[in-house]
Amino acid sequence: MLEVQNLTAWYGQAHALREVSFEVKEGELITLVGRNGAGKSTTLRCVMGLHPQMSGRIRLGGRDLTGLEAHERAHAGLGYVPDDRGIYATLTVEENLMLPPQVGTTHWPLERVYKAFPVLRERRRHPGTKLSGGEQQALSIARALRMGAKVVLLDEPTEGLAPVLVQQLRDILLEAKHDGLTMLLVEQNLRFAMAVADRHYLLAEGTVVQTFGNAEIAAREHELLRHLGV
Amino acid sequence: MDLGYVSVQLFNGLVNGAFYALLSLGLAIIFGVLRVVNFAHGAVYMLGAFAAYLLLQQFGIGFWPALVLAPIGVALLGIVVERLLLRRLYGLDPLYNFLLTFGLTLFLQDAMRLRFGIQGQPYPTPDELAASVALGPVSYPVYRLFVIAFSLLVCVVTWYVIERTRLGMVVRAATERAELTRALGIDVDRWVTAVFAIGVALAALAGVLAAPMRNVAPLMGSELIILTFAVVVIGGLGSIVGAVTAGFLIGVLASLGAVFNPAFENVIVFALMAVVLLLRPAGLFGSREAA
Repeated sequence: MLEVQNLTAWYGQAHALREVSFEVKEGELITLVGRNGAGKSTTLRCVMGLHPQMSGRIRLGGRDLTGLEAHERAHAGLGYVPDDRGIYATLTVEENLMLPPQVGTTHWPLERVYKAFPVLRERRRHPGTKLSGGEQQALSIARALRMGAKVVLLDEPTEGLAPVLVQQLRDILLEAKHDGLTMLLVEQNLRFAMAVADRHYLLAEGTVVQTFGNAEIAAREHELLRHLGV
Repeated sequence: MDLGYVSVQLFNGLVNGAFYALLSLGLAIIFGVLRVVNFAHGAVYMLGAFAAYLLLQQFGIGFWPALVLAPIGVALLGIVVERLLLRRLYGLDPLYNFLLTFGLTLFLQDAMRLRFGIQGQPYPTPDELAASVALGPVSYPVYRLFVIAFSLLVCVVTWYVIERTRLGMVVRAATERAELTRALGIDVDRWVTAVFAIGVALAALAGVLAAPMRNVAPLMGSELIILTFAVVVIGGLGSIVGAVTAGFLIGVLASLGAVFNPAFENVIVFALMAVVLLLRPAGLFGSREAA
C-alpha cells in the first residue's frame, strides 16, 4: 500500500536519513521505533511531502507520490496525525474535523465519528484546543478517519498521555485497523507498539537497522529498551 | 464644553474609525494568510478613490455602481500583482515584501500625480445622501452617517464570512498553521490569491467611500495608512475582531481627544500604541497563535 524506497533526507548539509526503505501492506499497522533524533519524524514528514530536502521514491497504492505537493498527497489518500496533534485553536472541534476534504470512499461520516467519540459531539462547538490532551489526540485521529485516508501517518500519538488514555488510544487504533485502515506509526513506547502493530522497523542514525515481529520484540525487550535509552 | 461640538466629534470619530476598520481589516486578512505586511494598502485606498473618479469622468458612472465596480477593478489589479510579483517573495526575508509594497506605493502615487497633479479632484456626494440631519443643536451630513453604517455592515459581513463559511475556515486554518493545513489536503496557495484580492478590495471600497468626503488626491492614503498601522498594532496583527474594534475605538478616542486640544488627535493614537506594546505586545486581541 505504502512503499518507501531509498529515502535520503538532509537538514542543510547534515544527513537526517540514508537510504531508508520499508513497506506497509494494505491493512497493516507498522511502527518505526528508535531513539530521539533517529529520523522517525523526518521519515513521516518526507512521506507527507513536508520536507523538500530529500531524494528517493514514495508510492501509495502503486501511485508515485514523489514530487507531489503535500495537499496533493493528502488527496491521494494520506492522513497525517502530527506529533503535536495539529489541532487548531481558531477552529471549533467540528471545524477541525471538517477541514480536510473527503478523499476516499471509506471516509467516516460525521455521525459515525461522533458515535465513536461522544466527547467530540458534546464539545463540537468549543475551540479545538480547549479539549484535553487525550481528546485532542482522538480528534486528530478522528479527522484522518473522517477524510477517508487510505494510510494514516501517526507521529508519537502516546506522547504525554496518561496510561488510561494510552489504553483508549490502543482501542481506537485496533478498531481502525479492524476496519481495514493502513497505518504507519512512529513510537517510543515499545509495549504500545507491540499491542497494536504487526511489524516494527528499528531506525538508528537515519537508517533502518533491523525489522522485527512482535515475538522478537517481546524476547529482546530489555536490550531494545536499553538501545532506545528509555 | 459645547455638547453639540462633542457629539459632532463623536460622529467624526466614528467616520474616521470606519476607514481605519476597513483598511486594517484588509491588512489583517492579508497578513494572516500571506504573512505580508502590505505597505501599499494606502495606495490601494487611493486607487479606489481614483477608480470612482475616473468611472464618473470617463463613463458617467455614478457613486452606487462605483461602490461595486471600483473594488472589483482594483481587486483584479491585486490578483495580477500577487501572481506576478508577491508570489516570488514568499519564503524570503520579509524585508523583500516591504521593499516591493513600499516601492509599489511610490510608483502608484507618482503615476497618479503625473496624470492628475498633486491638488486632487473633487467628487460629488450622491444626491440621495446630500442632505444633513439634526443631531441635537447641530446638523450633520447624512453621507457621513451612511459611511459609518455601510462600513459596519461590510465589517459584519466580512466577520460572518471568516467565522461561518468554508472560505473563512480555510483562512483561519492557514493563518494559524499554513504547513499543517497543506498536509490536511488544502491547496493554501490557491486561496492566497483570493485572500489578497479580498483584502485590497476592502481598501479600494474605503477609497470610494472617501471620495465624496475628501479630495481624490494621490497622497490621500499616505497619512491614513500610518494611523492604520498603529490601529493594526493596537488591535493585534492578524486579528480580524481586533482590527475592527481597534479601528472604531481609536477613531472615537482621537476625535474626542481633539475636543480638548486639536494636537491630541494623533498623540492619543501613538501613546495608546506605546502602552499596548508595553503591556500586551501581541495587541489587544492578538494571540500567540495568530501572531
